[in-house]
Amino acid sequence: MAGILIILIFAIAIALLLNSSRSETQEQEKLVELVDALLPQTQCGQCGYPGCKPYADAIVQNQADINQCPPGGRNTIRKLANLLGREIKPLNPVHGKEGPKKIAWIDEDICIGCVKCIKACPVDAIVGAPKQMHTVITKECTGCELCVAPCPVDCISMLVYVQGGRCVKLEPVLRVPS
Amino acid sequence: MNRAIHPFPGGLQIPPQKELSNSKTSVITPLPDQIILPLQQHIGAPAVPMVKTSDKILKGQVIARADGYVSVPVHASTSGRVIDIGNYTVPDPLGLKAPCIVIEPDGDDAWFEIKPTHDYQSIDPKVLQDVIREAGIVGLGGAGFPAHVKLREGMENIVDTLIINGVECEPCISCDDRLIREKPAYIVNGARMIRHAVQAKHCVIALEEDMPEAYAALKDLIDDDIELIRLPVKYPQGGERQLIKALTGKEVPSGGLPIHIGIVMHNVGTAAAAYRAVTRGEPLISRYVTVSGEVKDPKNLQVLLGTPVKHCADQCGYEEKDGQAIILGGPMMGMYVNNMLMPVIKTTNCVLVTSTYNQNPELPCIRCGQCAEVCPAELLPQQLYWYARAKNHDRLREYHLFDCIECGCCSYVCPSNIQLVQYYRKAKRQITQDEQTRTGADQARQRFIARNERLAREAQEQNEEMLAESDIDETDKQSFIRAAVERTRAKRAQMKNSENPDDHDE
Repeated sequence: MAGILIILIFAIAIALLLNSSRSETQEQEKLVELVDALLPQTQCGQCGYPGCKPYADAIVQNQADINQCPPGGRNTIRKLANLLGREIKPLNPVHGKEGPKKIAWIDEDICIGCVKCIKACPVDAIVGAPKQMHTVITKECTGCELCVAPCPVDCISMLVYVQGGRCVKLEPVLRVPS
Repeated sequence: MNRAIHPFPGGLQIPPQKELSNSKTSVITPLPDQIILPLQQHIGAPAVPMVKTSDKILKGQVIARADGYVSVPVHASTSGRVIDIGNYTVPDPLGLKAPCIVIEPDGDDAWFEIKPTHDYQSIDPKVLQDVIREAGIVGLGGAGFPAHVKLREGMENIVDTLIINGVECEPCISCDDRLIREKPAYIVNGARMIRHAVQAKHCVIALEEDMPEAYAALKDLIDDDIELIRLPVKYPQGGERQLIKALTGKEVPSGGLPIHIGIVMHNVGTAAAAYRAVTRGEPLISRYVTVSGEVKDPKNLQVLLGTPVKHCADQCGYEEKDGQAIILGGPMMGMYVNNMLMPVIKTTNCVLVTSTYNQNPELPCIRCGQCAEVCPAELLPQQLYWYARAKNHDRLREYHLFDCIECGCCSYVCPSNIQLVQYYRKAKRQITQDEQTRTGADQARQRFIARNERLAREAQEQNEEMLAESDIDETDKQSFIRAAVERTRAKRAQMKNSENPDDHDE
């Protein structure tokens, strides 16, 4: 009788343990989603993770701090701190500076159609084909700047995004390819 | 006919100060040196330019076409030459510049060919709607919502009452009053035309009791078909929701439109402009503007759209002085601007020069509750104020921030001089902006996920292909190779055979 009882108690304990661990993972997943919803979704990787979702994962698992997202800036840090009950801290300058929203712009006269930027764009916001001119779909561009480095002819520049969809050129566009 | 009046909640008795400008006949403003026509003079998508710099254009010609359904074209308001298309100062609360087409008038004021329609009753309402849209007509009461959209809603739904709004409740402004007195036929006929278009059961023209001359002018022209109602003076009775409540006792649901309760409302100016557009073929290129306040000769002007505000003020003896504020619109809802470079646009109803605006510092809220008593939307201005300061957007929504009509009654009565309505405006802008960023981010997330899925799928397909190739049997491989070798041999032999005859020929 005692044996049966012991086995029963064991079984219940194991069941409870399993259950709690499962609900814990579920809760964590929910939390990751909530954190992800606060991130700006630029998918720029400046935080050190390959996209916003992986960064959200790392935050929830305490592997990353909440001040590593330059595109989100102070606003995002404040919201994350509120959500997670942590302290608000300034943006970690290692990851970059907070600035206005930018969008990429391709100088179509210079583009040689190498498709390297298309491969780099995390949100498929560049259209074009090999040896054909490429262009950025302004509406979809998140301003992650990942397309700038791969361009062999430096024909991509970042423009500051101004209210009402009007853009202002931020910097002189080109170094003429040597 | 007697219609019961249902007073709306809240509101204020404010000195109307209309006598400054409403007793004089309106004056046609002389041509300015430059006409600046913003591409966006309405709610919705900005128009798209159809002319180039140095193009010759005629009065009434379309110079920018509508972009999408909620958009209207822009017409040249005089003849001349396009001298620039670029960013110029426009009437904007933040003082921003926006794309404009600039015209240098040639002085001829020569008309583009226009097509009048003499009998609107014989036209299909759908065609009428197109005519009104092509004429660039928007709500002239202040918001500038494209008129054809309201008409379309009226055609698609059953309309109980059409209200023509002549309740000019904001102090100092008298442009609608003057328009009614000078062109009552346009308004009455415009009302009949819109009624025909939306097939409304009842048609009401509403005025306030302090406009006896306007009432008399309209009274002569209407028959039993239109009800002419005079309402006791109360601010903000000219607000769409407030006027509907006053005339019908019905309330437009939060987040809903008047058409949801079977009502269509147009401003008197809109009705007149629509009638003019249909029967005379003239697009919307001019409007009545009140110039009032601290100018020598306050009066109403008939102004070509695009005329710089300074030019209008100069017609009324404006002199620049220190401590003056320029307000576009009335003292309650108008927009403070810091220069007069911007043009008169479709929604500019008044230019007010004043030095008696509120410059006192804000004091702490003492929770007196007067703001809640006067709020015509029955909101809780105090709570909204706290939440706006704390940037608590969720709470602001819960307390129906977006039902605020920005009438300014709360700021007017506040004993602590708190400019409550400015906080709400800012919060509204912030929330809308946040929402846009949020939807943008959601879209980016979806695209990121879709791209990752695509890359994974491609990688998998490639893997499978490679696996499939390695799956081929060893014997099969050998036979493939043999077959290939055979094929090449046969080809070579064939080539040799075909080469030989050539050699032979030589």
